[in-house]
Amino acid sequence: MSTTSEQAAPLTRGALGVAKQHQPRRSGVRTRLRGGLFGLAGLVLLALIWELYKTFGPVDGVVIGTLTVLPRTSDLAMPHLWVMFERVLEPVTGAASALPLWAAVLAGSLFTLGIAAVGWLVGVTVGLALALLMQRFRLAESAILPWIILSQTVPLIAIAPLVRRWGAQIQFGEFSWESWMSVALIASYLAFFPVSVGALRGLASPDTNHVDLMHCYSVGWWKTLWRLRLPASVGYLLPALRLAAVSAVVGSVVAEVSIGLRGGIGRLIVEYAGAAGNDPGKPWAPIFGSILVGLVAAGFVGLIGLFLRRFRREEVSA
Amino acid sequence: MTNTTDVPAVDVHSVSRIFAARKGPGVTALDDVSLTVAPGEFVSLIGPSGCGKSTLLRLVADLDVPTSGSIEVFGKPARQARIDQDYGIAFQQAGLLPWRTVAGNIELPLELHGVGKATRRRRAAELITLVGLADFASHYPDQLSGGMQQRVAIARSLAESPSLLLMDEPFGALDEMTRERMQNELVRICVETRAAVVFVTHSIPEAVFLSNRVVVMSPRPGRIRSIVSVGLGDMSGRSEDLRENEGFFHSLSEVRDLLHGDAAAPTGAQGVETR
Repeated sequence: MSTTSEQAAPLTRGALGVAKQHQPRRSGVRTRLRGGLFGLAGLVLLALIWELYKTFGPVDGVVIGTLTVLPRTSDLAMPHLWVMFERVLEPVTGAASALPLWAAVLAGSLFTLGIAAVGWLVGVTVGLALALLMQRFRLAESAILPWIILSQTVPLIAIAPLVRRWGAQIQFGEFSWESWMSVALIASYLAFFPVSVGALRGLASPDTNHVDLMHCYSVGWWKTLWRLRLPASVGYLLPALRLAAVSAVVGSVVAEVSIGLRGGIGRLIVEYAGAAGNDPGKPWAPIFGSILVGLVAAGFVGLIGLFLRRFRREEVSA
Repeated sequence: MTNTTDVPAVDVHSVSRIFAARKGPGVTALDDVSLTVAPGEFVSLIGPSGCGKSTLLRLVADLDVPTSGSIEVFGKPARQARIDQDYGIAFQQAGLLPWRTVAGNIELPLELHGVGKATRRRRAAELITLVGLADFASHYPDQLSGGMQQRVAIARSLAESPSLLLMDEPFGALDEMTRERMQNELVRICVETRAAVVFVTHSIPEAVFLSNRVVVMSPRPGRIRSIVSVGLGDMSGRSEDLRENEGFFHSLSEVRDLLHGDAAAPTGAQGVETR
């Protein structure tokens, strides 16, 4: 037993062991910057591989037996990257009134982004509501959770016509169901899933210690939710929201195609794919457009994360 | 919330707690335990793992309900005492909310109970000074050492000036050096706040150094084997020198003998630190 501790109460701060070395919070910015650089490097590498294969790959592609495992390297199958970019600056068609391709794609991207945003909002709301319900009532969890998981095994192509048909029957007063709403609904169908599962995990994440403490303070479920469970779930919720955003974009693009909605990026992808025969650069424009929409959506969630930074501090055990 | 009448701070009356098992008769964590803690008294519960000392504390805190018997805190049922916030509590894990600063964590109970902002600020500042963290008020828990986090947890438990403190091995996760410092600190805080304390611990020296009485418990089923009155005088007189005191060593060996007493049960005293 060591009883030779030299100092008696009261203690001064200096005596109590120094605070852990202050983690410089800026380092987070630096790692993020480095991550961005690596991402950029990956993109350059991809472009390089594309061009190298196009230059040195066999004209008929790599064929094993009768199976083509790598594409032909003709200008039709694999246009040069600069062809894709040049094409973006030219008008959509030969018509005198045609917009430049980039403008048409941008308009389509914005259209799709808007629908995806509506779908995301609806999906997040429904997902959060389900998670709260499941957190509150154990019974609800065992009743709902299997269905939530099952819901994602239904292919989009199958539900798109259904949604469209049902939607067409909705009409009251001024309001009538429009096609874009069907698309948004399908987007939300994809988006709600990660949110409900992620939020459920996040809401259950506070340890017994914290829950006991709240019980000692005699606070009810709502206050515990607001002060403990919701803040604790942020770390789980943000990746779920990001996943939901990207799912909503993919859902919108696919649903536009299967419902046949005009004006969005999904439609442009199908439309321009037909032009590939004599205009190989053109189909790539809406593909880049859809990537852009996905990035913007994910970036938006990143922005939310920036505001909630405080709640993402690492949990430490004493 | 001062309560200096003769109503005991804690009155545990023949309490049993049996945890139901899926099969068989269930586990008897506590068997017919009775204990009274006077206002301002420091009582430690000590015993090997599984003797039900933490269970007893949880029952007093109304985090769990006894199978039989009754528990009163300041003359009220435990549940009412919890609702009235008559006690403060600290666990082995500091359990600070990582997204709140030191001050924010200490203010938490006050905030939850609707205390105004200015009052909260003032009280938190007082407590931060009391536990010696004045320079760390706006730090976050992950920037603090384990000992400092535990100080914050203790400050938080004192936020509403309770007349009773329940502590479940609050220093259990700390290293020996920090631990002794924290003990000295706790003695000082108890003198200043004059709160009664029920303190669960594994460590014999810790129990003897801090307590007016040490409750020695035995496992399977959890019972009170004996209660040792530590004749080390008034809290305010306790300081580091006490650890070298004759009476300290006397009580130390008394508690140790009681813990190791039943040689018949070979597993009896495992898990008790005799350092």
